[in-house]
Amino acid sequence: MSEKKIMLEARNVDVFYGEFQAIKNIDMKIKENSVTAFIGPSGCGKSTFLRVLNRMNDYVEGFALRGEIEINGEKIYRKSVKVEELRKEVGMVFQKPNPFPKSIYDNVAFGLKIQGITDKAFIEERVINSLKQVALWDEVKDQLKKSALALSGGQQQRLCIARTLAVEPSVILMDEPTSALDPISTSKIEELLHELKKKYTIVIVTHNMQQAARVSDDTAFFYMGELIEFDKTDKIFTNPSMEKTENYITGRFG
Amino acid sequence: MISVATKNRIKDKLFEYWGIISTLIGIVLLVVFMTDIFMQGVSRIDTTFFTNSPSGLKPETSGIFPALLGTLWILFLTASISIPLGVGAGIYLEEYSEKNWVSTLLEINISNLAGVPSIIYGLLGLEVFVRIMGLGKSVLAGALTLSLLVLPIVIVATREAIKAVPDSIKQAAYALGATKWQTIWTQVLPSSIGGVLTGVILALSRAIGETAPLIVVGAAAYIYDAPDGVLSEYTVIPMQIYTWMPDAREAMKVNAAAGIIVLLMITLVMNGFAVYLRNRWQKKIKW
Repeated sequence: MSEKKIMLEARNVDVFYGEFQAIKNIDMKIKENSVTAFIGPSGCGKSTFLRVLNRMNDYVEGFALRGEIEINGEKIYRKSVKVEELRKEVGMVFQKPNPFPKSIYDNVAFGLKIQGITDKAFIEERVINSLKQVALWDEVKDQLKKSALALSGGQQQRLCIARTLAVEPSVILMDEPTSALDPISTSKIEELLHELKKKYTIVIVTHNMQQAARVSDDTAFFYMGELIEFDKTDKIFTNPSMEKTENYITGRFG
Repeated sequence: MISVATKNRIKDKLFEYWGIISTLIGIVLLVVFMTDIFMQGVSRIDTTFFTNSPSGLKPETSGIFPALLGTLWILFLTASISIPLGVGAGIYLEEYSEKNWVSTLLEINISNLAGVPSIIYGLLGLEVFVRIMGLGKSVLAGALTLSLLVLPIVIVATREAIKAVPDSIKQAAYALGATKWQTIWTQVLPSSIGGVLTGVILALSRAIGETAPLIVVGAAAYIYDAPDGVLSEYTVIPMQIYTWMPDAREAMKVNAAAGIIVLLMITLVMNGFAVYLRNRWQKKIKW
């Protein structure tokens, strides 16, 4: 297998919330068109690190970052970077499905409309494509004008993914995207990840060890703000190098 | 010997009756007042009451035309001034301002302003709008004064409505590349508009009932024409009622009662509309 391009690179990243150091000196390289899982006990810094990647922590009081993060060749914490532009490149799906209280169509079109795109045909095509990519099209094609809030939880989460895809990002960050969903909806989203990684680079935070093993190519284990181990998922789950990793994945703590 | 359980039951019942009595007192008094006013004034309410001007000489054919129009002018101007300012301040305080001692001071001040007696606003309006800005006894000066009066209410209502929009919705918009303003304009405001409007309408329905500050800034006691511009003289319905009330002639008292009925109806319609809006938006948006 040929070596894939590096999509995302973190160098010596420290994150502080006021006095508290949430992330300690993390280095990481994430390859293009791969699924990377972040695992670790609650409060280990995995969600913080995920949200650093599209600068969603900028609004948190007392947030400060040291080090360098490069996505697609761009140093994202430089002053000249516009966060809005960055977030079009690095999309995000949240833990709880959070569709806008608007129609299904308007939810998916939102990211395009705020860019000032007014070409109706173009928007419609993107909306349809995005809904097809998340396998929601057949379920909603006759009710695009219906409120997104009327959909089931699993459908809502797929809609939120479609909404992210419509903007055509390179990277998609997912913060425990299935933790609020039933098993069937969860497996649908996991299947989706296999499809999506052909086009996108995906980073997923999960508390579910089996899910990490099922969906990811690489796995990063975080503990107390440090990146303990980062390797091929197979390796992490069968033969981890660090004792802490082994203890965690075998359920001895966490 | 009464058992503890029985004692507690008795206390429970007593409290229930106390609650019922307290509620009834309010309702009964209101019904008595409304019936009394209605009996007195309803005979005077016909088209001429709405189209005629008041007259000191012919109380039987006096009407509230200038006062009604004055109230509508005041309502319109006060809304046009207080909505953009109040909603803007509410958005700023909720979404933009950083938490520090300045913003805390500002917040405490705004809550306190909501409790300042209305006549104080009248004195402020007299000094600032009537004298310094030289607007005189104009409908604009009145509307500006009432805008000050309702601004705190509009600001607080806006903030409460905005606060009710879940953070997850804002995060979703940011994550799709929306700027702060786009997030507010496309998500926060549409989701909170019901709450904002409810607050605005309740504030305005308070404004149209105000008399004290308008007396100070010069609403006219007797005026025969409706305002024809923002700088013209004016009166409002409560002011008209206030001037009719002390008149010894029976027909004037009837006029006052009829004026009260009209004012009550306007307030009722506005409050009803506010309730309707609130219910409608609550039903439409369920997080």
